[in-house]
Amino acid sequence: MATYDFVFRSLGLEDWCTAGGDNAAPMSMDALIAQSSGQEASTSIWDLPFPSMDALNDACAAFPQSRNVTLGLENGFLAVKDSISVVLDPITQPLSWMLEGALYGILNTPWWIVIPALMLIVWMVSKSWQLLTFVAISIGGLAFIDYYSYAMQTLAIIMVCAFLCVLFGVPIGIAMSRSDRMRAGTIPILDMLQTLPPFVYLIPLIFLFSVTEPKLYGIAIILYAIVPVIRLTDLGIRMVDESVIEAADAFGMTDRQKLYGVQIPLALPNIMAGVNQTIMMSLAMVVIASLVSAPGLGVLVLRGINNLELGVGLISGLGIVLLAVMLDRTTKAALNRINAAQKG
Amino acid sequence: MNTSSDKKTKIAIRELYKIFGADPESVLPLVKDGMSKAELMENHRHVLGLNNINVDIKEGDITVMMGLSGSGKSTLIRHINRLIEPTAGRVELDGTDIVEMNEKELRHLRREEMSMVFQHFALLPHRTVLENAGMALDVRGVPRAEFESEANKWLDRVGLQGVGDQYPHQLSGGMQQRVGIARALSSNSPVMLMDEAFSALDPLIRTDMQDLLLDLQEELQKTVVFISHDLDEALKLADHLVILNQGHVVQQGEPQEILMKPNDPYIVDFISDINRARVLRVRSVMEETTQRPENVAGEVDYDDNLESVIARSEGQTGLTYCVMRNGEQVGVLKMTDLVKALVPTAAAADGLRSGAA
Ligand SMILES: Nc1ncnc2c1ncn2[C@@H]1O[C@H](COP(=O)(O)OP(=O)(O)O)[C@@H](O)[C@H]1O
Ligand SMILES: [Mg+2]
Repeated sequence: MATYDFVFRSLGLEDWCTAGGDNAAPMSMDALIAQSSGQEASTSIWDLPFPSMDALNDACAAFPQSRNVTLGLENGFLAVKDSISVVLDPITQPLSWMLEGALYGILNTPWWIVIPALMLIVWMVSKSWQLLTFVAISIGGLAFIDYYSYAMQTLAIIMVCAFLCVLFGVPIGIAMSRSDRMRAGTIPILDMLQTLPPFVYLIPLIFLFSVTEPKLYGIAIILYAIVPVIRLTDLGIRMVDESVIEAADAFGMTDRQKLYGVQIPLALPNIMAGVNQTIMMSLAMVVIASLVSAPGLGVLVLRGINNLELGVGLISGLGIVLLAVMLDRTTKAALNRINAAQKG
Repeated sequence: MNTSSDKKTKIAIRELYKIFGADPESVLPLVKDGMSKAELMENHRHVLGLNNINVDIKEGDITVMMGLSGSGKSTLIRHINRLIEPTAGRVELDGTDIVEMNEKELRHLRREEMSMVFQHFALLPHRTVLENAGMALDVRGVPRAEFESEANKWLDRVGLQGVGDQYPHQLSGGMQQRVGIARALSSNSPVMLMDEAFSALDPLIRTDMQDLLLDLQEELQKTVVFISHDLDEALKLADHLVILNQGHVVQQGEPQEILMKPNDPYIVDFISDINRARVLRVRSVMEETTQRPENVAGEVDYDDNLESVIARSEGQTGLTYCVMRNGEQVGVLKMTDLVKALVPTAAAADGLRSGAA
């Protein structure tokens, strides 16, 4: 009856097919349509179906359908989920605390302390009056239209996540630069993290953690944003002039002296470029993460979409752009100062 | 420049082989049986870096290793402080085999016993000139306050006053290499390794640096191993000259002797277009005798170069000079011998390859 009957017949598996027929999955859509229209499956070569799981299932009821694959994956994930959670939950708990702490801290400190503190940081990092003026006007403007707390929440999340990205990313990058094997093992993971659409990693995370926990979006942001700082740390250290490394060896530096005295300082411009990209990617992700209860400007964007509040959506979008420009210019200014100090 | 034979051997390189490739040990016997570099590459995909090197480096000498690009000079000098591991052989410093040293001993060796100057300076770009000059002491854990005076002293000595606070990229190439030399000197190590230290510099600056090195050497009497691909430089600096070709030593000895008695066509080629009058010295062409000849035109010093004698003779070829050393006559120089010596020697047929390892 079905196109691929002959496969199972020639393999002598008919018995297996009929024996297993009882626990066959429900009839596939195609089969249903074919049955209801009362037509025999066409034998024209033009209509030859690809020997997919569903087509084979038509011929042999014991053969699994393709939906069993997704179902199997889901069941498998649910089966290991609990044991993963047992390990992952305590490890990631500090992330929740940090995020909660940062959000609480920034919202419960008076604005007349937070804003000057931010200005001071910008000044120390960039030593640029123009940038300082720009930041002052931007934050002042956002505060004036009562977007201050949303913007600060977004900023707090980014700072925590970017800090953790650097904290973990730089050592991973260093390890990669020292061992080719480690590098070969890490690069596919980084490639995957970088190419997966961000919505996709939210899915397993939602299963693993409860949506109310801050670590859910924290992890999503860190996974997405950590890639550039790892890559550029590795690259930066590998690109350190070989003759300088040779000189360090020739004068008897230990590996440690070499790492802290030569490799990291000389890789610093690259590492800082990585930090810049990491911050920008955290910002992109923090908006998406508002889908899983990350507070901040992203929530407003979402509200704009859901309730068709055009003004709210546009203004919060503009706020995100302003934050992006501030963060980008500040880290780039820091990068330029490092470059100026050690070019040559 | 007295003869080297009476000095103590500081570094002895013995039967040293280096083969680059996937499995050097497996092809080592073939190399020991005389397989050539080209053959090894062609049939076994391994690069013959060094082939049975035996060199005695005397204490207080400048030993120059010379050869064309790719002859294995850099590879050889990096075996002395073991930046490169040998495939076989020994490198002894004061009788102790460096190849056998563990990591800690090796680090001690590099910190205290040897320092190195590099072709492209290899200064730390993020540290000031002063910090670079004090790098060797800093690595040993000497606090900044203490190494500063030492670093300043050596910066002054190499002619760099008042640039301590600048960064290397703010200095010219010649000045950067002076920092490189100050860095090596401030480590106060008895051995100094210099890999084409002056090759990246302009000719005039290079001459200055050579003079500086000779000057320092007169004062400090270090054991210097100097790599060069430039024969003029090699002849100017060397107490002992080692000529490398394709990873093996073609000839080694006192530079004057190599000039007068090259034992290989490779060396003949090498020395054919130098200014012999400037590099050859009276002692290499004189006839050794304490008898005073007739018709002496004057006295010349044992270490004078031939150019200066020609200038004194005003081109007359019939003259004879007494050769003096420390006020005593040690030989006689006939202008006819001098003129003959100016013609490049063909390789002495019987000497061919005899010195090659
Ligand atoms: N790491 C290496 N791997 C393979 N071959 C090498 C390596 N280092 C040097 N060589 C080879 O060894 C030979 C000597 O090189 P080198 O010591 O740098 O010569 P030089 O300093 O005299 O120009 C060259 O043929 C070079 O290609
Ligand atoms: Mg070289």
